[in-house]
Amino acid sequence: MDNFEPKIVAFCCNWCSYAGADLAGTSRMQSPSAIRIIRVMCSGRVSPFFVLKALSVGADGVLVLGCHPGDCHYIEGNYKTMRRVPLLKKMLKQLGIEEERVRLEWVSASEGAKFAEVTSNFTQAIKNLGPSSLAPSKQNSQEARHG
Amino acid sequence: MAKLKIALYWAASCGGCDIATLAIGDKILKLAEAADIVFWPIGMDFKYADVEKMPDQSIDVCLFNGAIRTSENEHIAKLLRAKSKIMIAYGSCAYEGCIPGLSNFYNRQMTFDRVYIETPSTDNPEKIFPQTKVKVPEGELEIPEFYDTVKTLAQTVDVDYFVPGCPPEEKTTWLALEALIEGKLPPKGTVISHSVKALCDECPRTREEKKIKKFYRPYEIIPDPEKCLLEQGLLCYGIATRGGCGALCPQANMPCTGCYGPVEGVVDQGAHFLSALASIIDSNDPEEIQRIIDDIPDPAGTFYRYSLPDSLLRRARIK
Repeated sequence: MDNFEPKIVAFCCNWCSYAGADLAGTSRMQSPSAIRIIRVMCSGRVSPFFVLKALSVGADGVLVLGCHPGDCHYIEGNYKTMRRVPLLKKMLKQLGIEEERVRLEWVSASEGAKFAEVTSNFTQAIKNLGPSSLAPSKQNSQEARHG
Repeated sequence: MAKLKIALYWAASCGGCDIATLAIGDKILKLAEAADIVFWPIGMDFKYADVEKMPDQSIDVCLFNGAIRTSENEHIAKLLRAKSKIMIAYGSCAYEGCIPGLSNFYNRQMTFDRVYIETPSTDNPEKIFPQTKVKVPEGELEIPEFYDTVKTLAQTVDVDYFVPGCPPEEKTTWLALEALIEGKLPPKGTVISHSVKALCDECPRTREEKKIKKFYRPYEIIPDPEKCLLEQGLLCYGIATRGGCGALCPQANMPCTGCYGPVEGVVDQGAHFLSALASIIDSNDPEEIQRIIDDIPDPAGTFYRYSLPDSLLRRARIK
């Protein structure tokens, strides 16, 4: 388990967290190489489907990063995320997936240091948890069904 | 025109789909005019050996209901696929796994323990479980293997069309049968229903604003008969469910439970219901949000009531 290198997907909102990640980079702060960033326009765009999809194809952890409450570029997109993530975690637990594999954090455009800290902490937490029990499924049923 | 040859089969299902095929009423006479039934275990005396003797592709249409739970289900699914020109997953079990698919929250041993040991009416002190093979004085007996995981029909064989519903409504069944009889078939992979939109589109209830402070279970309140059930805090699945049934449950003051499957283009009905449902929670305070979520005792079982085997994760992971 010592050389377990987790695969982590981080959904970053365009207006805050992606800019935060950018700032971390330009400020030459270290953030873990386990993180794969996917830029979305808003954390509210991150459907629970995206998170399940990431997990089902082999991600060991999923980070959802958005603007701080009150700061959403679209006024209330991040509030929707704030409501979805806890319900998703409750459901994941029932499906035998550790809820710690999904985390929601708020990272603003000026918080490069927080981005580096959150991603490092999360990566360490996932390393402690070990690999996800979800073996990469080769094809999901709907793709198989619709060719 | 030669008569169509139709086969009907039930795998892991309750038998409701077979009854639903009869629910088309006097239209059954039109069906009898156009088609001969060549195989139908629940209704007529055919043996598997009769099907095995048929040439490949000799059956025009197979209406297959039920999920794939045992080696027998799988064997007959493959057999009927080879013998049939058109394979239809008829009803929610064949289409998405449905209620039998809920056992994907457990594994085979947990299911056996429950059924053969733990149920209060079971007396099984020797802990006898079904064996695939058993020797008796007369020889060796064999029963099908019970799989760990329930699968959908499309996860087992190639499927041409899907007919949703638990069970499919009369008009949905007829829509599929009429297309077959008249030879006006939709593109392969079509889910045959009168609607591609969400159930809300055909629900007669009045909709205002969806903001939920508390979720209720159906026994806890008597809902207003005119207002949207979801707006009253009931977990009505209509927003994430394909229409076509005519919104029968909401009209009987009961929330939709999602049996017609996802709307067109959606993969993983449960994730989409979760997304829509959580969005309308009327709070921006994490603690209050958690309290409101606690009103939903079984999110996974509610969101995947009909579709766990067809979901992205397909089953729960058992440690």
